[in-house]
Amino acid sequence: MKPGVLTVYRWELRKLISLKRTYLGLFAAMGVPLAFTITLSFRHGRPNDVPFGAYVHQSGLAIPLVLLTFASAFLLPLITALVAGDIVASEDQYGTLKTVLTRSLQRGQVYMGKVLAALTYTVAALVLLGGVAIVAGSMVSGFNSLTTLSGSTVSAGQALALVLASFGVYLIPLWTVALIGVMLSTITRNSAAAVVGTLVTVLLIELVGILPGLEWLQPYLLTRQFDAWQGLLRQPIDWSPITHAAWVCALYCVPAVVAGYLVFLRRDVAGG
Amino acid sequence: MTETPVEARGLVKQYGRITAVDHVDLTVNRGDVYGFLGPNGAGKTTTLRMMLGLIYPTAGSVRLFGRDPTTEGAAALNGVAGFVEAPRFYPYLSARTNMQMMAAFDGDDAVSRVEAALDTVELTARADDKVGGYSHGMRQRLGIAAALLREPRLLLLDEPATGLDPGGMRDMRALIRRLADGGMTVLLSSHLLAEVEELCDRVAIVRAGRIVYEGAIADLKATATTGYRLRTSDNTAAIAVCEAQAGVASARLDGGEVHLDAAEPAVAELSVALVESGLRITALVPDSATLEDLFFRLTEGSTPGETEVPEPAADVVGGVA
Ligand SMILES: Nc1ncnc2c1ncn2[C@@H]1O[C@H](COP(=O)(O)OP(=O)(O)OP(=O)(O)O)[C@@H](O)[C@H]1O
Ligand SMILES: [Mg+2]
Repeated sequence: MKPGVLTVYRWELRKLISLKRTYLGLFAAMGVPLAFTITLSFRHGRPNDVPFGAYVHQSGLAIPLVLLTFASAFLLPLITALVAGDIVASEDQYGTLKTVLTRSLQRGQVYMGKVLAALTYTVAALVLLGGVAIVAGSMVSGFNSLTTLSGSTVSAGQALALVLASFGVYLIPLWTVALIGVMLSTITRNSAAAVVGTLVTVLLIELVGILPGLEWLQPYLLTRQFDAWQGLLRQPIDWSPITHAAWVCALYCVPAVVAGYLVFLRRDVAGG
Repeated sequence: MTETPVEARGLVKQYGRITAVDHVDLTVNRGDVYGFLGPNGAGKTTTLRMMLGLIYPTAGSVRLFGRDPTTEGAAALNGVAGFVEAPRFYPYLSARTNMQMMAAFDGDDAVSRVEAALDTVELTARADDKVGGYSHGMRQRLGIAAALLREPRLLLLDEPATGLDPGGMRDMRALIRRLADGGMTVLLSSHLLAEVEELCDRVAIVRAGRIVYEGAIADLKATATTGYRLRTSDNTAAIAVCEAQAGVASARLDGGEVHLDAAEPAVAELSVALVESGLRITALVPDSATLEDLFFRLTEGSTPGETEVPEPAADVVGGVA
């Protein structure tokens, strides 16, 4: 059998499973919804200024949406950057690139395997955060029908489908963050620089959006795509922010992947 | 397959102002155990990195069995294995897991060779320990084991015995010897003349990025051991005999001994002539230090271009041509 992208992908996952760093992010992804729901069960207050914040005591299915709103801007990009920023740079740190690149794998296959692993990790973090929020939320506030952003009510079953779809839509900008992280990991060859660099990139994009005179840029900013999922929670469903997010994110993803790929292909492996 | 295992032509690698490798030409033939000898910073590792496709040459080309690692990447490493500098593995995984990963990356049935390779380097008992806890020597052996997974026809090794204890060095050399006897072509870098002498039949001596000698190690030795030391009952008379003797050159007195340059047959004749002149020989020995001297002369002169290069001139390539 010839080794390929999938071989690298499988072993990248195997390595992630053995690294402490992986669990740091995953524990945060589980801990935040747990802490939030537990706090909520003791208090009658509610986060009114957040979409669905007003309904956290009526429907447990409002809780994952409140958490998604909260975590989408910083926590999830952070968790993503933590692993994506490390995935190539750690090879530089351990000096193992020379080991891997003298087997029967092309450099491009190694890079793509790492990209897939970073994307998979992102899904895992999101599944944990969403899963814990849905289960814990339903236990605290009940598996009830939900009031949408348009004011209409959907059944609990429908609401669950919408919640799952919302997390799915949020994957689009989050994967973009992951791809930027892998690119910076490749270019900087330094894990800390890549993790911080990814977050700074996200924050700078956010900053551009509030600069006077640059308002016209807003629809094209990555950070503005973080809440595209809210289109799903209107009745009827508003697909326009979602399709918009898809192509805007593609504008970020394609150059990031191509740049990282080319740098990885052309670089000298002189260390280690 | 009839292609040459290694063929480097005009290989250059520049790091900013530093020319790490400067027009290196190297040919390693099938079945060679080829020594790549040079002092620290001579460019051995850099040359091997280019051969393995890890860094891109500034100029020139390398072919491994006719394939170019610069353009073909890993496809050119078919049948090739080795490592540069200290072998590196994932410290948080066990040696066995590391080996299984490398085998998966090699493809085919490499996975089925993991246990045998661990056994060859005597790491089976420690295979489930994390590589992070391994000693330098154990990592070095694991590097060899990982290379063997590929069942290579060409093995590229960068100072494999460096940092090993005497026993470890002996075992490493014995292993390389065994692999070479099994038909493997080996290119071995080293800065130890003795190691290369023991293992290799051909050698390239590199200095400041340039090759200052390439050829059979026997030829190098032949030119190097022309020096002899002679002690007789009367050294002054001996010098006169030496000067009269054909094939004996530059006889000189040096600290109670006569030093002279001559080939072996001439020395044999000289011994007869000395005795016939009524001199009693107490010592007539080849100057064993001269191979070392030669190495130092080749690698420590002021600039490579000025280094005096021994015969046979036909074998001398690179910057001195
Ligand atoms: N990544 C790099 N960046 C800059 N210079 C480098 C790099 N790698 C090597 N060099 C320079 O190239 C020259 C050759 O280095 P190289 O490591 O090939 O020597 P070597 O013969 O392997 O030495 P040693 O016996 O110490 O291992 C040195 O002057 C070194 O400083
Ligand atoms: Mg070296």
